Amino acid sequence: MAVRYLGAEVQRMEDPRLLTGHGRYVDDITMEGMLHAAFLRAPMAHAKIRSIDASRATALPGVHRVIAHADLGAKYSHRMNQLYPAPVIEQDKTQYPLAKDEVCYVGEAVAVVVADSRAIAEDALALIDVDYEALPAVVNIRTALDDDAPLAHADTTSNLMGKMRSSFGDIEDSFAKADHVFSAAFMQHRGGCHSMETRGVIARDDPWGDGLTLWTSAQSPYLIRRALATWLDESEERVRVIAPDVGGGFGPKAGFYPEEVAISLAARLMKCPVKWIEDRREHFVSTTTQRDQHWDLEVACTAEGKILGLRGKVTHENGAYVPYGILLPNSSLTPLPGAYSIPAIDVSVDIVFTNTVPNSPVRGAGRPCGIYAVERMVQVVSRELGIDPAEVRRRNYVRSDQMPYETGAKLRGGAPCIYDSGDYEALLEKALELSDYSSFKERQAAARAEGRYLGIGVSSCIEDTGMGPYEGTTVRVESSGKVAVRTGAASQGQGHHTMIAMIVAGNLGVKPEDILFESADTAKFSHGIGTIGSRVAANVGPSAHDAAFQVREKALKLAAEVLEASEADLDIEDGVVRVNGAPDLSISLGELAVQLTPMSAMRVPTGFDPVLEATSFDGSSGSPIACGSNVAEVEVDPGTGEVKVLRYSVAHDCGVMINPMVVRGQIVGGVVHGIGNALFERMIYDDQGQPLTMNYGEYLLPLASEMPRVDITHMETPSPLNSLGVKGAGEGGTIPAAAAIVAAIENALTDFGVVIDYYPVDPQMLTELIDAGAAQAAE
Amino acid sequence: MADTRDIELTVNGESHAANVETRTSLGDFLRHGLGLTGTHMGCEHGVCGACTVMVDGEAVRSCLMLAVQANGQEVTTVEGLAEDDGTLNALQAAFWKHHGLQCGFCTPGMLTSLTAFLRDNPDPSERDVREAISGNICRCTGYQGIVDAALDAAKTMQKGS
Repeated sequence: MAVRYLGAEVQRMEDPRLLTGHGRYVDDITMEGMLHAAFLRAPMAHAKIRSIDASRATALPGVHRVIAHADLGAKYSHRMNQLYPAPVIEQDKTQYPLAKDEVCYVGEAVAVVVADSRAIAEDALALIDVDYEALPAVVNIRTALDDDAPLAHADTTSNLMGKMRSSFGDIEDSFAKADHVFSAAFMQHRGGCHSMETRGVIARDDPWGDGLTLWTSAQSPYLIRRALATWLDESEERVRVIAPDVGGGFGPKAGFYPEEVAISLAARLMKCPVKWIEDRREHFVSTTTQRDQHWDLEVACTAEGKILGLRGKVTHENGAYVPYGILLPNSSLTPLPGAYSIPAIDVSVDIVFTNTVPNSPVRGAGRPCGIYAVERMVQVVSRELGIDPAEVRRRNYVRSDQMPYETGAKLRGGAPCIYDSGDYEALLEKALELSDYSSFKERQAAARAEGRYLGIGVSSCIEDTGMGPYEGTTVRVESSGKVAVRTGAASQGQGHHTMIAMIVAGNLGVKPEDILFESADTAKFSHGIGTIGSRVAANVGPSAHDAAFQVREKALKLAAEVLEASEADLDIEDGVVRVNGAPDLSISLGELAVQLTPMSAMRVPTGFDPVLEATSFDGSSGSPIACGSNVAEVEVDPGTGEVKVLRYSVAHDCGVMINPMVVRGQIVGGVVHGIGNALFERMIYDDQGQPLTMNYGEYLLPLASEMPRVDITHMETPSPLNSLGVKGAGEGGTIPAAAAIVAAIENALTDFGVVIDYYPVDPQMLTELIDAGAAQAAE
Repeated sequence: MADTRDIELTVNGESHAANVETRTSLGDFLRHGLGLTGTHMGCEHGVCGACTVMVDGEAVRSCLMLAVQANGQEVTTVEGLAEDDGTLNALQAAFWKHHGLQCGFCTPGMLTSLTAFLRDNPDPSERDVREAISGNICRCTGYQGIVDAALDAAKTMQKGS
């Protein structure tokens, strides 16, 4: 049976609504009697709270209540849940929804004001008197484990949150037999979420009716439902979480936040709906973020550049609390050895507390860091041995005839990391061709003759996508013939509605516009996991495909009885079942649905379960591994340190593409996010943990004027791990980007011997490296 | 007591009279006073451009302008861009065709900024378009679909005029 829309560039079903201003984001929702909240946040990175006096704030007209930890009562006096417990977490510190007696980062929620309007609530914040006793703060991960380092938490003896290690193969043997061992140390800095919609929550508590309902700008409504119900010690059935339109997520909206608890409790205390909308300044200090990782690596290789082993140590900044387990350090290690066949790896991670906003994944989670590390070491081999970077890669790739290839690393959950399919070398060749790599040296020489410095950088990646266990779909035909499709997966702009409508419509023989799509409402579908880790297409895709197929089978079987025809002679088109060769004999899907959803005293046809619907949890039987090779071409002005990205070429393989237009959008957006990481986005704290970059004049996001056109070519190697052959596409643009950009900058500045050990690469840093290089050359 | 003023203004061709707090931004007034939630507040400090509306034809950040400053003026928001029969206008249709939006949050500001820009620059280059939207941040698309949409819309609008 043909899936007619699969692979077509169907324009998105979501768009007309969003293009005319009719989206429905959290702040667009309003309710009778709703009050508004604002949070008082810690002004210092580490302090004891001696006392809180809210009397002046409470007296302000329009203020209904000020709530601090002590006002919540014994039942609600505990810390937030650990979402992802793990044995390696030695110090499992989560925060209180409202700080109890200690604050551990600037921005930690201390109290919440509930008032008639957001403006009045914000006015009242200035009238709350908190007596803090400042404590020393730890900020620098390089010294956080020193004996004399300040402690991030007053009641601990060390800033070590935990340790992890990825180790396989005979590392000693690899290094013993190597012709060369090279080392490199570098810092990686990844910025924050910066979805254009900040976070926001509305809570309504109706103990005699619907229970507690939360509208929240989130990626994982079911995780929030469970965490909130657990925290409140109530039934999940009495907690409903809805993610309406969400204006971008990128990882930080996948967690469970103190504000979601505090606003729920505020609604409960006030007996009316309460809304909180994060402002952008709060986003900088209270929305979780990635930040620093320091890598210190050695690579062992042969004289020909074949890599035999990789070993070293990573220090990972965890921030002040552990809301998210060890997802980030874990997903930093999992991608090692990248796209390459490296027989032995031994890399360990120290996860350290600092007095900064807690960590969460940001687009790609730790994968961009792990891939950057591998790609840097490949670059080191290339540079030291004088072998072209593309050629070093060719000599080291996992070959297509080695698939499935078990790397030795472990995925989250402990399963072995197995590369299921792909042709990494062929993908590189496509990227090189797209970027005119072979003629770059001529372009570079011509530019050099004009005094311009051009550079080119190559980077390859793999991406473990489609993490299980499932993301289910229900398909139900209603009496009108329209098809209700429900899933738990929340969308933050990825086009799930369109993708799922294409799959269901194709299987069922209806038009995509006849699909009534609902998602991300815990009352509408039994259980969902979340939109993270490029997992939705590879999980909802197969479940939607299967559920629609089951409904089709049921409809055909029933139609065969009604029309007294053989099932084999039936087909469904535009929602009508017809008998081939007998055009007058037909019945619509709506009429069939009515037979299975009768009114009183009617009967359901014998042998059929009621309702023309099916639910499927079919997904991927492992992690489909997507892959990509990127080539960046840059121009660097050695006088100013300005970097211009002139061209950016992507060859990408995410298996079968459901909607190539949507895939392209994911890749280009991901690349630009990665370029932002490489060149712009830097969250700076001073040595006392005060954030210094808290607006978009200070924290730079990539702008249209600085971004190149991204050229894309695809390979489609079907994944054997799911029924559609799809792999995730959400993060493959971001993961290799920083390595390609940094390599290109170094290539442009070869004359100055510039080696970059930190990103984002800013003009000041570059001019200093250029000056140092020029001085050395002059000696 | 809050300091308020009476204002009258036209929004998407409809006249409104309201008593507003002097500190209320135009964006907040449009969203919460008039219920026109298509205008989005992204950064509330004038950088991201999501809240852009047109005031007397000029693209303006509605987070940096007070509602009282719009007294007597004509405001166009994203809700006022479609054709009279409700169909998408050329720019909106081009955004749809070229996948110029993902989450849709920056989209209203992109559309209003580009509406003003394309009126004054009917035949722009790609560089012109990129500069024109350099005050509008999009975290999802990488801008390419938006740029393609604007260039395509410019062509369509020229043919139509």
